Amino acid sequence: MNDAGFIFGSYAVTFGAIALFALATIRRGRTLSAQVPDEEKYWT
Amino acid sequence: MTQTTEVTSPQSEPTATVSGTGTVATRIIGIAALIATAWLVAFGLGFSPADRDQDESVRIMYVHVPSIWVAYVAFVVTAAASGGYLFSKRHSLGFDRVAGASAEIGALFVAVTLVSGMLWGRLTWGVFWQWDARLTTTALLFVTYIGYLAVRRLGGDHHQRARRSAVIGLPAVLLIPLVHWSVVLWRSLHQEATVLRPDGQVSMGGLMLFSLFVGVVAFSLIYLWLVIHRSRVAALADFADDRLLADALVARRHEGGADTDSNHVDMSQTADINDVQHPGGER
Repeated sequence: MNDAGFIFGSYAVTFGAIALFALATIRRGRTLSAQVPDEEKYWT
Repeated sequence: MTQTTEVTSPQSEPTATVSGTGTVATRIIGIAALIATAWLVAFGLGFSPADRDQDESVRIMYVHVPSIWVAYVAFVVTAAASGGYLFSKRHSLGFDRVAGASAEIGALFVAVTLVSGMLWGRLTWGVFWQWDARLTTTALLFVTYIGYLAVRRLGGDHHQRARRSAVIGLPAVLLIPLVHWSVVLWRSLHQEATVLRPDGQVSMGGLMLFSLFVGVVAFSLIYLWLVIHRSRVAALADFADDRLLADALVARRHEGGADTDSNHVDMSQTADINDVQHPGGER
């Protein structure tokens, strides 16, 4: 494949950034969740 | 609004058995998003053919185009939720949390669109960046929503944050038509739309169009999963903020020697603080 570095790089940057954001969100959710009683979590 | 919620002091932790923001529904959406992403990678990098003019570099389109389309959707959701907060009778903070979460994800998607576009531009134009109409308006869109997110962190109570950011989030959506039609309005280096064209024609077909469709599905599912989790994290953060305020009130009472026979504080006191600044607002 020609220009593979740019093509794979664009996929890596895109999904890497989204994965980092998703991980940060999940981690923050878990940390905060431990401080909040279950009755305040409307999704439970 | 006076809502009485028992808030415990730091000495006695609340009962929290549910760890995190996930539910069965979000797990199903997450798995669907992962499967769609795997399909996108397979079709985008493997099964779809090279383009006659752009050769292999066209493969960047399958992440570049869906990411900006879903960013548009995210900003429309931000505007709708901002309107929901401003114009509804209840002034529910749920609208504000969805608006903020959606704007964050939209800004992330615009950022990855800009980066993938720069890589694509380097291959097709020979440069990473040009002050072209489409690129400039997209950068303006990104900066606008970064500003929106900065305003959300200015401080104040939750309703001040919600009102202040909604006033920005509602009109900011008007930038989207400017970005999308910039290639028609001005002479642009960027190619014109191949699918969402003014004449309604689609100048793409076969596996290339299917791969783009898979990309749109994948990014939509990712957005949906992220916005649900991020809104729930915002709700947890707001509650934790309220709790900090309540704890500070307890500490102040101790300092003042007031009667504090228990480690509980009536949240109506903190709610009253909010009510002074925003009558009728709900948590």
